[in-house]
Order: sequence, then structure tokens, then C-alpha cells
Amino acid sequence: MSGNKDSYYLPEPSIWPIVGSLALLFLAGGFVMKINNISMGGMTMLVGAAVLLVMLFGWFGQVIRESESGMYNKQVDRSYRLSMSWFIFSEVLFFAAFFGALFYARVLSVPWLGSSDTMEQLWPHFVAAWPGTVAPGTDQLVSGPGANMPKFSPMSAWGIPAINTLILLTSGATLTWAHWGLLKNNRTQLIVGLIVTIILALSFIGLQAFEYHHAYTELGLTLGAGIYGATFFMLTGFHGFHVMLGTTMLIVMLIRSIKGHFKPDSHFGFEGAAWYWHFVDVVWLGLFVFVYWL
Amino acid sequence: MEHGHDHHPSGIMRWVKTTNHKDIGTLYLLFSLVMFFFAGILAMCIRLELFQPGLQFFQPGTFNQLTTMHGLIMVFGAIMPAFVGFANWQVPLMIGAPDMALPRLNNWSFWLLPVAATLLVASFFVPGGAIAGGWTLYPPLYMQQGISGDMTIFAIHILGMSSILGSINIITTIMNMRAPGMTYMKMPLFVWTWFITAYLLIAVMPVLAGAVTMMLTDRHFDTHFFNAAGGGDPVMFQHIFWFFGHPEVYIMILPAFGIISTIIPTFARKPLFGYSSMVYATASIAILSLLVWAHHMFTVGMPTAAQLFFMYATMLIAVPTGVKVFNWIATMWQGSMTFETPMLFAIGFVALFTLGGFTGIVLAIVPVDIALQDSYYVVAHFHYVLVSGSLFAIFAGAYYWLPKWTGHMYNETLGKWHFWLSMVGFNVAFFPQHFLGLAGMPRRIPDYALQFADFNMISSLGAFLFGATQLLFVIVVIKCIRGGAKAGNKPWEGADTLEWTVPSPAPYHTFATPPTVK
Amino acid sequence: MMSSLIKKLGGGFVLAMYSMLANADYALNLQKPESAIADQIFNLHTITMWIIVGIAVVVYGAMFYSILKHRKSVGHKAANFHHNTMVEIVWTTIPFIILIAMAYPATKTILAMRDTSASVMTIKVTGYQWKWEYDYPQEGFKFMSVLSTPRDQIENKAAKGENYLLEVDNPMVAPVGKKIRLLFAANDVIHSWWLPAFGIKQDAIPGFIKDSWFTADKVGTYRGQCAELCGKDHGFMPIVVEVKEQADYDKWVVEQKAKAAASKDTGKDYSLAELSQMGEKVYATNCAGCHQAKGEGMPPVFPALAGSKVVNGPKEAQIHIVMNGKPGTAMPAFGNQLSDTDIAAVITFTRNAWGNKAGDVIQASEIKASRK
Ligand code: HEA
Ligand code: HEA
Ligand code: HEC
Ligand code: CUA
Ligand SMILES: [Cu+2]
Repeated sequence: MSGNKDSYYLPEPSIWPIVGSLALLFLAGGFVMKINNISMGGMTMLVGAAVLLVMLFGWFGQVIRESESGMYNKQVDRSYRLSMSWFIFSEVLFFAAFFGALFYARVLSVPWLGSSDTMEQLWPHFVAAWPGTVAPGTDQLVSGPGANMPKFSPMSAWGIPAINTLILLTSGATLTWAHWGLLKNNRTQLIVGLIVTIILALSFIGLQAFEYHHAYTELGLTLGAGIYGATFFMLTGFHGFHVMLGTTMLIVMLIRSIKGHFKPDSHFGFEGAAWYWHFVDVVWLGLFVFVYWL
Repeated sequence: MEHGHDHHPSGIMRWVKTTNHKDIGTLYLLFSLVMFFFAGILAMCIRLELFQPGLQFFQPGTFNQLTTMHGLIMVFGAIMPAFVGFANWQVPLMIGAPDMALPRLNNWSFWLLPVAATLLVASFFVPGGAIAGGWTLYPPLYMQQGISGDMTIFAIHILGMSSILGSINIITTIMNMRAPGMTYMKMPLFVWTWFITAYLLIAVMPVLAGAVTMMLTDRHFDTHFFNAAGGGDPVMFQHIFWFFGHPEVYIMILPAFGIISTIIPTFARKPLFGYSSMVYATASIAILSLLVWAHHMFTVGMPTAAQLFFMYATMLIAVPTGVKVFNWIATMWQGSMTFETPMLFAIGFVALFTLGGFTGIVLAIVPVDIALQDSYYVVAHFHYVLVSGSLFAIFAGAYYWLPKWTGHMYNETLGKWHFWLSMVGFNVAFFPQHFLGLAGMPRRIPDYALQFADFNMISSLGAFLFGATQLLFVIVVIKCIRGGAKAGNKPWEGADTLEWTVPSPAPYHTFATPPTVK
Repeated sequence: MMSSLIKKLGGGFVLAMYSMLANADYALNLQKPESAIADQIFNLHTITMWIIVGIAVVVYGAMFYSILKHRKSVGHKAANFHHNTMVEIVWTTIPFIILIAMAYPATKTILAMRDTSASVMTIKVTGYQWKWEYDYPQEGFKFMSVLSTPRDQIENKAAKGENYLLEVDNPMVAPVGKKIRLLFAANDVIHSWWLPAFGIKQDAIPGFIKDSWFTADKVGTYRGQCAELCGKDHGFMPIVVEVKEQADYDKWVVEQKAKAAASKDTGKDYSLAELSQMGEKVYATNCAGCHQAKGEGMPPVFPALAGSKVVNGPKEAQIHIVMNGKPGTAMPAFGNQLSDTDIAAVITFTRNAWGNKAGDVIQASEIKASRK
């Protein structure tokens, strides 16, 4: 409605939401087609993804322009902060579902499968153990009592995962350092801090990709490797996906910083990305402890 | 007020691109009405098949599709969007805000719904038809569903996105946009109940998204979350689903409590009794609701200690809910009541929701639940809380605010007919289902043994009456939009919230300069 | 106007009550309990109902009194109170106490119903889409129990019998007065074994064993149904239990054992005609539910067997799918459900019926070999 600093900024009618909805329709429809072997599924998904990209550029571009032209007052800024924090809250609960599955399997279902009537009647001789039961005659494991479950070796915590933990923790620190730079209006510190953070983030992603490759080709650890493989890949996979999102946000923030956006007293975009990054960090700690280590 | 909207799009694009909370509220309400009719027609098909024993109209597979989609669409397409529509219209008006905090996002929350609805409705037409495993989506049966199984999973993802974004917006609006002087403990109860509901939504919708994602990977990507052969457990899905599902049923009732708590004081011409205990009761219900999920699973064979815990926790919810019921009655007590249609629906709500709550307590008692789980008693229970609960509250709220939304009074005579016929039709349809359940009729069956025949016939007749009566509602709404007696700023003598200080119909932009609340 | 309103309101309730009374000869309550646990459940329900009726009288009484007296049309002026701490504490505490009173007996019943110790025998119940299998491990035999209501009754082409949809070919049989432990398993999806008269409802979960127990009070036939949506014919997999005196039960066991021995695979080879004839019966009880009587199936979910590529192709492929099922679809693995001869017969039958002319004969020995 207006760019007046005194009143709350009410945006003009916008085309971007409906574009986003159409993108999702194509993405979801295409995905359904693809996994059901209907032709054109992949194409449809590509169209959806392309439209989604257009929408993201258009929508965020508009928000950034509005912000830089000073149309937002403190109250609008607070709206963004609040909504970003509750968005992160909802993300935490998304991960909670998968952590819940992990705990349920470790504490309840796997032991049940290996005890009393269930074991005697249905899965004779199954020995419950986490991450898996030693397959007779090998030093590999299987997760779950079914016949023909794939054999695998579990992922050790003290190789790449430990390095990745260090990388992520460091990146949290460097990002905070960049933030201090922004608060002091020290551009160089901001930009250098962001660049270092992004390099760390990219190395995390690279190492994670390497780890997956190692798991699939050498350890026999796949999505199909019983409940251990399922929880391992879904948790680390969704985390990795969030790291990629976070990295993209940081890259956008770097470009904006180079362009001279953000002021010491108004830089919600930067802070939102930073919160997100710290959230990704914390989730990783949970992963490291419960998926890799214990 | 004048500036800024000179180049607003008109025609269909006005609705597609709108960032106005009133437009978006209207869109939500219309969408929900359409979905209500669609799912209602599915229900009519169910009752038609169950009119007599034997298979008459639908094959068993088709019947299961009807039941499943009726449940899914009523919950996600009719009831929830209706309440979000109310929130869109009323929350900014009631707290003196110019609009929702994030208007563009608000538009997206709505326009995600038609996408999800397209996926759901289209799933009837793909090979194999719509999903037929119940709205609770239990695996392994869900693994046997065809393409529609995947369409439904994505529809749920998109519905979840819509709900989460919508809730974030509502929370932010309430925390950040209240007019000066509108402290939290001065907010109208409707705003409070939605505030708490929105928290429930962002807490549980992501969990549902996680659950259906695991289902997707189990179906197509070789994981074993819900398959014992790989160390998973089908019951694990039920735990995750109901961790969402039980709060979900309160998501569908808390805003209803808010509407009723607004209407009863208005027509009793007396302030709401126990405002702060209402707020605390709502919050306690929400918190408890996160701890009771397994009462839907008393028959899966969980450890005895778990059964006991979930029984006690579930029964405890009767206490805060009771506080609400008592407060409503105390509000009526010594009032000066009149009985316009909104008040009639509100009283109908209090009477019948309480009855549904009572049968909930019966079900919470584990041994009795063992006898009644998955029987028609449960169907009766949840239609009492959902139809004569949530839906009646939606009707009450619609009649109450229609004058503000349209600028016209609705037709009181037709409104009263709508209420009384609904009341009769509803009870005839669903009261006998208690007896069916007690006598041992399972739910989700297309055909039944002969001793269930008479009550089923009565139930179907009631359902047809109830269904046909809903056409009256549409007539009332259309008439009210097109004309009728002019409504003043405050058509209800006893109303005192902020929306009644602006003209009727409410102008496109309200409270551009915030009002001050004493 | 308001009094007419009250009349209407009253009218609605009278109508509802009337429709109840008019049907007084129909069941308005739980089924008659026939075991100690069912008895306790029945009593718990009764107590709870009366408590609730009591609360309802108070709550509705207050509400309708207020509606009658405190209305504008009778000139009542609104008071202006809006809270009263004492009252609020009272009506928080009293429900709490009532709830404890309800929870206490419930807890006792739960502990009793979950105690499966000291049982004298065990029966293992397995749910299949859409039939039950009863396994008597101590006696060494098991059998399938399938709906026996003729299709014509369901399709309204014949008058419905007394036990319409509640009758099976082979009921479960149990001795009276003995504590019997039930183990529950499921083959494909979740089912739920519900026998109201004994107060049992237990889900059967694929991959896990759950248990329950009962002690039947008297001899008789008891009926129930599957209580967990399990696909298309969920409404058509009833449960029938015949409770017999110990002597009659023992006699039944001997008969069953003899039957089991007789149907043991003879390992004999049959002719095409013999196999087809046997296979037709096997088909009708095991396959027709999905693939339909004339092999026409219900595409696209249940493929037609008439003209099917698999049925008309190499026999190994068909043996494989019938033996092992097709995971992720409704097609069950019959390898552990049917005998070698039955499987050989049904495969032979399908390959030579409804215009299928593979022409080959599959013998039990081949099935045996495929089991290796
Ligand atoms: C709006 C939705 C809604 C609401 C509000 C409720 C409210 C309650 N529900 Fe219900 N329920 C459903 C929707 C809802 N339910 C649905 C949809 C299902 C089925 C899902 C499916 O399987 O498809 C279900 C199923 C369901 C079950 C599982 C049944 C089964 O499948 O075996 C149980 C069991 O405990 C239960 C219990 C309760 C209880 C204790 C309450 C309590 O919150 C009620 C509290 C209210 C009162 C008690 C009345 C007022 C109180 C007083 C006047 C005070 C004094 C009273 C006492 C001291 C008793 N519900
Ligand atoms: C959320 C809210 C909600 C609402 C509002 C309703 C409304 C209705 N429900 Fe439903 N119902 C559920 C939620 C809801 N239901 C759920 C969650 C299930 C469980 C699903 C499952 O088991 O998976 C269920 C299951 C369910 C069953 C059990 C099915 C089974 O187990 O097989 C039945 C059976 O009677 C039923 C009936 C009805 C009827 C008659 C209405 C009526 O109130 C509907 C009235 C509305 C209309 C009829 C539409 C408007 C009118 C017209 C279009 C005019 C034309 C009318 C005529 C031709 C008469 N519902
Ligand atoms: C519970 C339902 C059900 C029952 C009972 C059932 N089937 Fe099937 N059957 C299926 C389904 C579903 C498929 C399709 C599997 C797929 O998608 O490939 C199938 C596939 C088949 C096929 C492969 C057909 C083709 O063209 O792909 C054969 C052969 C077959 N069944 C034989 C039998 C026989 C013989 C019996 C009885 C002994 C039987 N089925 C019982 C559900 C069933
Ligand atoms: Cu088996 Cu329902
Ligand atoms: Cu619940």
C-alpha cells in the first residue's frame, strides 16, 4: 500500500504465490508420474523446478528491493523475525519425526523382534542388536530379521563424521564472527567471514557426498539396509538437504553483502540465514551423537 | 485509505493475486464450502450403501474409497480451511490490525489448497481409483494402494505446507500486530484459541509430513520403516500418525471453542464468565493433547504401562474441557438471552459437543475401548464432536459474522429452519450409531449382519435429512450476499469486539491507523 | 416465539427418545458377556454410563433452566458477574475426583485382561486377506476359516440367512471353562480379531506376535468380525468360535487330526482332469475373491487371469508368483497356506480354464521342488 515508515507495509497484489503453487503442482505431479513409471514424469518435474526457481527469484528479489528501498519499518522487521523463528521451530519437529522413528526402532521394535513369542514364532534365532545383527560367517551386519536383508558395515563415527562435526562447529563460529563484523559495520570482516563459512559448508557437503559414496560402494550400507539404513540415510539425507539450502542462503547473503546491502541496525536477511545455519548445526550434533556415535 | 489500490486487478485476477486478508478469508470459506459438499456427497453415498444389508450400489473396494476420501476431505478440505477462513477475516479485525503480518505468504497458504485438492480429487480417476485404506493411512495396507497412494502423500505435504505457513502468519500477526493497548489478556477469546491452535499446527503438521515421507520411501525407495523384516514396525506409523492425529482433532475444535465463547456472551448480553480460566483451559487442552495419542491404539497390544498412562492422560482432558463447558453455562446464567440463529447453533454446540465429549471419556477407558474400538460407536463419537461440534460452530460463526462480511442481515427464518432441521437430522443420523457400535458393528464395512439393519436404515434417513438441509445454508448465504436488510455497524446488541466498530460490510482496508484499546 | 422454540427443542428430543423406545427389542447395549473379562467390561461401561448420565443431568439441567428463565423475552435483566474463583475451583476439582473414581476399576480390569499367564492351551490366530487361520500347535494341525455366506445373498439374489456375513466354513473350536491363550499374527496387512462376547479385540500385526486370552463361560457359538480395515473384503472375514465341552472338544481334535493326515500330500501324480477338478475348488475358496469367479479379475488392481500373460506363459513364472506372492501388492504368498497338491491343482486349473490354453499339467512334485 505505501512506503510510509509509520504504517505497516502492506504489499501490492502479487503473482508469485500462484506461480509457486503451479510449480508445486508440476513438481508433485511429475514426481508421482516418475515413481510410477509414467512417461514424461521427469520432464514435468523439470518444468516444475524451473517455475519454482523463477518464483523464488521473483519473490525474494522483490522482498530485497522493497527492503533496500526502506519500505519496511521496525514492525515489519519484527514480523520477519518472528516468522523465521517459528518456521525453524516447525523444521525442528520435522526432524523430530525421524529421530522418533530412530529411537522407536532402537529402543522398542528391534528388541521386540528379537524376544519372546515374536522371535520364537516368526523370526527364529533372530538376535536383536543395533546397528545390526552379525551375519553368520561374516564380519558384516544385517538390520532386521527378514530373509535376504542386505549385509553392510556400519558407518564409523570417528572418520568423516567427526571431521564434519568440526567443520560445522567452526562454520558456526566463523558465521558469528561475520555477524560481529556486520554489527561493527566492518564490511571486510563480514565478507571474509561469510566466504570462510561458505567454504566450510561446501567442504561439509563434499565430504558428506564422499561418505555416501563410500557407504554405497564399499560398506554395502544403502537405504535398503533395514531400519538402520533407512534412518541413517533419511536423517543424514534430510540434514544434508538442509545444509544445501542453508549454503544457498549464505551465498545469497554474500552477494548481498558485496552489493552493500545490510546495515548494523537492519539486516534481517542475514540474521535469518544465520539462524537457519545454527539450526542446521544443532541438528547435526543430534545426528552425530545418536546416528553415528552411540 | 485511498492511496495505493488504484491499479488493483479486477475479475479473477483480483482473487488470484490478492494480498487482502478479507479476500483471502472469503476464498478459504468458499473453498471449504465446496469441499464440504464434495465430501458430504461421498457421505451420502456411504449412507446409501448402508441403507440396507447387501451390496446395492458400490463394490467393497469403491466403498472403502468413499469412506477414506470422505474422512480425508472433510478434515483437511472442509473443517480446517473453514477455521483458517475465520481467522483471516476476524483475527486482524478483532485485534485492530490493518491486515495479516505477511499478506503475500497468506495468499500462498490459500492457493496451495487447490493444488492439494486437485491431487486428491484427481486420484479418483487414476487407475485403481482413490486410496481405500482409511483416512488414517495405516501401512501395510497403504503399501497396496496404487498411484493414488503417491498423489495423496504429496497432497498431504502440500496441505501441511499450507497449514504451517498459515499458522506462522497467524502467530506473527497476533504477536506483532495488536493495536496499542490490546494486551494478550484483553484479546478476544477467538484470537486466543487460534493463537494456541496455530502452535499446535506448527508442532504437528511437520510430524505428519515426516510420517508420509517415510511411507513414500517405504513404497518406492526400499526403506523398511514400517516393515518388520527390516527391523521396522507398522505400529510405529500409527504412533507417528496419532502424534499428529490427536492434536489434529483439537485443532478442529479449539477455534470452535473460540467462536462459541464469542457468541454466547453476545446473546446472553453478559460478559464471558471466567475469561482467564478459559485461556488457561485452552492452553492445558493443547498441551495435554500432545500426550494422549495412543488412545487410538489401545488394541495394538502395547505394553500395559503405556495403556495405563495414555488412559489417565486422556481422561484428564475432561477437566479443562469441563471448565469450558461450565464457563459457557455460567455465562448464560442470569443473562438476558435471545435466540437468533448463531445462538441456536452455539447452544446446539454446547449440548451435543458435550455429549460427544462424554462418549470420548467412555472410549478413553481402556477395557471399554477394547469393546468399542473400530466400531460405529467411535463413528458416533467423532461425528458428535466434529459435526455437531466443529461444523455447528462454523455455522454459528458464519451466521454471526455474515452481516459484517456482506453488509446484509441473513434471513432469520431460513436460518432457524436450517438449525432445527440440522438438529433433528443430525441426531437421527448419528445417535443410533452408538447402539450399532455397542452391538458390535465394525466401521468401514460396506455390508453388515442383519441385526444391524434397522438402526442403519434410521441412520441413513437422518443423514439424508441432514444432508438435504445443508442446501438451505447455501441458499441463506447466497441470499445474504445478494441483498437483504441493511446491517448496521453493530447488528448484535450484546457484541463488544473491535470488528463491530467498523462499518458493515467491513471496508476493504480497516484499521490503517490502529485503534487504541482502553 | 420463544416458547415455540422450546416446544421444538423438546420435540426433537422426544423424537430421538421415541426412536429409541420404538426399537426397544433391539440391542441398545453391549452384547451379552460370556467371559469373566467381558463381564467386567460390561460393568465398567454401565458404571461409566450412569456417572455420565448423572453429570449430564446436572449440566443440561443448569443449561436448560437458564435458557428457560434467563431470557430476554420473559424480561430477565442481565447480571454482570464474570468470575468466581471459588466456583471455578470446585468445578475443576469435582470432575477430577470423578475421573479417579472411573479410572480405578478400569485399571484393575486392564491388569486382569493383560495377564496371559497360567493358560492351559494356546491357539495361534493368523489374519490373511481375507480369512483367518487357526493353528493348534499342541495338537499339530491348522486350518483356514473363510466366510461361508453365499455370494448370491450378498448380491441380493437370494434371501439372506440368519447368520448373514457371520458364518464361516471352519469355525475355531475351544473347550469350555479353560483359560486359553491366543497368539495373533498377520500375513499381509493388519487385521483385528474381535469377539465381543469374550471382550477380546486384538490387532494382528504383520511381523509381530501379540497375545490375549479368554475363558469361555458356557458352551455355544460366538460370532465376531475383523475390526481393522484390511482392504476390499474387510467386511467379509467373520470370526466364529464354537465352545464345546471338553469331551466334545477332544473328539473334534481327533477328527481334525485325521483330516489333516488324510490331506497330507500323497505325492501322487494326477491327470489334467483330476487336477482341474480339484483346482476349481481351491480357486473358488482362495483366489476368486480377487481374481473373480471367471478369472476376469478387477483390473487394474486385481489382474484378470483369463488371458493373462503369466498364466499363459512359462509355468515357472506362475509357480513363482503363486508360491511367493508379489510383495507390495495384495497378491499373497500361497506357499505356506496351501499344500503342494492344492497349489499344483489351482495352477493347472487356471492354465486350462476360461480360454487359457497353456495345456500343461503341474504336479505336486514340481511344487515341492520349487520349495527346495
Ligand atoms: C473435534 C474432534 C474431537 C474431539 C474434541 C475429541 C475429544 C475427545 N476424544 Fe475423540 N476422536 C475424534 C475426534 C475428537 N475427539 C476422532 C475424529 C476420532 C476417530 C479417529 C479415527 O479413528 O478415525 C476420535 C477417537 C477417539 C478415541 C479412540 C477410539 C477408538 O478408535 O478406539 C478416544 C479414546 O480415548 C477418544 C477420546 C476422546 C476424549 C476423551 C475427548 C475429550 O477431549 C472430550 C472432553 C469433553 C468432555 C468430557 C465433555 C465436557 C466435560 C464436562 C461436562 C466435565 C465433566 C465430565 C467428566 C468428569 C467426564 N476419541
Ligand atoms: C471432519 C468432519 C466430518 C464431517 C463434517 C462429516 C460429516 C458426515 N459424515 Fe463422516 N467421517 C469423518 C469426518 C466427518 N464426517 C471421518 C474423519 C470419518 C472416518 C473416515 C475413515 O474411516 O477413514 C468419517 C466416516 C463416516 C462414516 C463411517 C464410514 C465407514 O466407517 O465406512 C459415516 C457413515 O455414516 C459418515 C457419515 C457422515 C455424514 C452423513 C455426514 C454429514 O454430516 C454430511 C452432510 C453434508 C452433505 C450431505 C453435503 C451437502 C449437501 C448436499 C450436497 C445436498 C445434496 C444432499 C442430498 C442428496 C441428501 N462419516
Ligand atoms: C488378496 C487378493 C488376491 C488373492 C486372494 C489372489 N491374488 Fe493373484 N494377484 C493379486 C494381485 C493384486 C495381483 C497383481 C500383482 C501385480 O501387480 O503384479 C495378482 C497377480 C496374480 C498373477 C499374475 C497375473 C498377471 O497377469 O500378472 C497370478 C498368476 C495370480 N495372481 C494367481 C493367483 C492364484 C492362483 C490365486 C489363488 C490361489 C490368487 N492369485 C489369489 C491378488 C490376489
Ligand atoms: Cu481383516 Cu479387516
Ligand atoms: Cu484422540
